[in-house]
Order: sequence, then C-alpha cells, then structure tokens
Amino acid sequence: MAEHRQLVILGGGPAGLTAGLYASRAKLDCVMLEKGMPGGQVMVTDWIDNYPGFPEGLSGFDLCEKMTAQAKRFGLEIRSGVEVTGVDLESEPRKLILAAGGEISCDSLIIATGARPNTLGVPGEKELTGRGVSYCATCDGPFFRDQEIAVIGGGNTAVQEAVYLTKFAKKVNLIHRRDELRATRIVQEQAMANPGINIIWDTVVQEIKSDDSGVSGLVLENVKSGAKSELTLSGVFVLIGTIPNNEMLPDCIELVDGFINTDAEMRTNIPGVMAAGDIRNKEVRQVINGAGEGAVAEMAAEHYLSRRAK
Amino acid sequence: MSVTNLTDSDFDSAISGDTPVLVDFWAPWCGPCKAIGPVVEELAGEYDGKAVVAKMNVDENPATPGKFGIRAIPTLIVFRGGKAVDQVTGAVGKAQIAALIDKAL
Repeated sequence: MAEHRQLVILGGGPAGLTAGLYASRAKLDCVMLEKGMPGGQVMVTDWIDNYPGFPEGLSGFDLCEKMTAQAKRFGLEIRSGVEVTGVDLESEPRKLILAAGGEISCDSLIIATGARPNTLGVPGEKELTGRGVSYCATCDGPFFRDQEIAVIGGGNTAVQEAVYLTKFAKKVNLIHRRDELRATRIVQEQAMANPGINIIWDTVVQEIKSDDSGVSGLVLENVKSGAKSELTLSGVFVLIGTIPNNEMLPDCIELVDGFINTDAEMRTNIPGVMAAGDIRNKEVRQVINGAGEGAVAEMAAEHYLSRRAK
Repeated sequence: MSVTNLTDSDFDSAISGDTPVLVDFWAPWCGPCKAIGPVVEELAGEYDGKAVVAKMNVDENPATPGKFGIRAIPTLIVFRGGKAVDQVTGAVGKAQIAALIDKAL
C-alpha cells in the first residue's frame, strides 16, 4: 500500500526544521523529505551573528546541526537524499512523486523547498563552476590563499562573505552594479574598514575568462560610462541573490515571480497546503523569519487537520 | 564496504583499475562536505562489489586536488581506468551522486 502521512514537510532548511520541531511536539504523523542533507542555505553561511539566543554568534553549520538535533529530539522523521520531482495538489489526498520511484500521499503539506544561489548567466560561468567560479565562500575560500579574487553582489551575503574571504585572499574585489551597497550598516562598515577589500562600483561582469588551471580573469563593464576593463584573478564568488526551488510545483499553486504566495498564516491558495521560508514571496529572507514561518505554517497545518477531522 | 581514505601517495594506483572509483574531495572546514559525508558512507555500502567509494582530505593531500584543478568542495569525481569520467561539485543529493556512479558502471 502507498505510504500516507498526516503531514509532509518538503525541505529541511530552517523553515522545514522548525515546522518539523513543532509537528513532532504536536505528535502529528509527519515526515520531512530533504533532497540533500538538512540545513539548507544556512549550512554554507560562515558565521551567523543575528540569530537570537546565541550571543557569541555561531557557524551556519553549527546552527543547522542544533536545529536538526532539536527536531530529532522530539522524534521528527527526517529522510535525507529524497528528491521530490512532482507534487499533485489536485488529487485528494495530495500526492508527492519521488525521484527514486513511488509516491507519498498526505492530508496536509508544508512546502519549504527554499531557494538556491542565482547565477550571472555570463559566458564562462557554467563551465568554470568548481574551477574558480563559486557560490559558497565557506566551502571554497581556502583554495584562494594569497590570490586575488572577486565577489559579485552588494547585499548582505556578498558583503559579509567578501569580508570573510579576506582571511584567505590577498585582495578581494567587491564588484557591484550600483553606487551603493544594499547590505545592512554594520556589515557595510566592516567591509569599508577592511584594507583587503576593493569596491568596484557601477560595474557588471560580462565574461569570465579562463586558462588551463581555471578562472584567469573577468571582463567588466561600467554601467554608467560603458567603459570596459579586465581584471586578472583566479576566483570569482557569485553572491547575487537567490532563485526559488519550485521546479516540482504544479501550475495550480499561486506563484509571484516563481515564489509562493501565502497569507499571514502561511496558507497557499490550495487548502491544507502551506509554504514557509525562502520559497515564499516576501521581502526579507533571513534565518529568523524562515524559522518563524515554519512554526506558523505548522500551526496552520494543525488547525487544518483538526477541522478536517470533524 | 566502508569508505576508503585515499592519500596523494596511493591515489594513482587506487584509480587505475576497471572498477569505477568515486572520490569525495573534502575538508574538515567545509560544512556541506560534512553534510554529504553520511550519504557517501551509505553509497559505499550500496555499491559494495560494483564500485569503490573513497574520499580524500584536500588539506592533507594537496597534490591530487591540484592536479585535477579542484577549487571547490565538496567535489565528487568518478574515475575509471586511471581517468576522470565525470564530476559534480556541491552538496548534491544522493540520487545525483548515485547517477554519477551508475553512468560509469
């Protein structure tokens, strides 16, 4: 017989793990499906200073481990390495189609599939990923000891990781398409005060060049003057926001620019289906609101299940 | 079989055979590497007799990753007959790693 659950949580980042923590404490018959390992994007964040309760800060990896351990303590069943290729929200019960074959049906679903790093979409980027093009400073920073590199972006992630990368690289060029950074003030100040960071304003990457050993340089364009220039370096970290992990979602769920629309209780347009975390259509994408939304979504799921039972 | 730990000195002989060898290049400072560690362990058991699943600490063994131009981890490369057949970078799912080995079988 096909597997059926009261609640399925799709995705194991902070939103999914928090939903799972609440669901396991509520004793729901629940499983979390995670295509990789629990943690999500937080896992690749070198240091987190803005998650309350940790006054000294902690690494993204440690926070993931703590969140996972906390959910497991209450018995959350986490299935890692399980990829879902399709979600049928028009059938009753709802159905999830697994990449490895088979399906799981559920009464209620929390979609917390998150987002992944956006790409520049310039020549050289795809071919050179892993050979000098990186989307994860904590993973790849130490390969660039005493070398010159670039970070592309101007938001919190880009500026914070540029500062982190000065621990390894001899020079970090922070290349931003505007004339001001979007990152929060304390992060900006850290970057401005760091002698290892050279900010290149109003500039976009047109091409990533390579030689036999991987990335060798960038072709840049100043968006105001139109002037082109080249920069010789061996690594480029692309940290320009995220794109939603929505490939498995059906057309019937309401999306805005690929992100799921919900109400304040995290309910989507489909009854019994909630969304939480970075997959939601929202302005702020922080660990703290991702986790908070996971809790709200689980409460909405509980409410839906109890009304349904009557 | 459990995961074999390779070093710069035994790497060449380990990948020279006709049996596919999956090598997980990792380091202790890399969160995503730690995260996929258990998946790699599982695959070692599942492919026992069909493929060798191995890992290499890039901090302790700089020569081999340098030779293959590895500048990102985790990087997983499948070798057969001494040559790199296919590779993937990042903390990808188990199915994707398994597909990499399957293609080389």
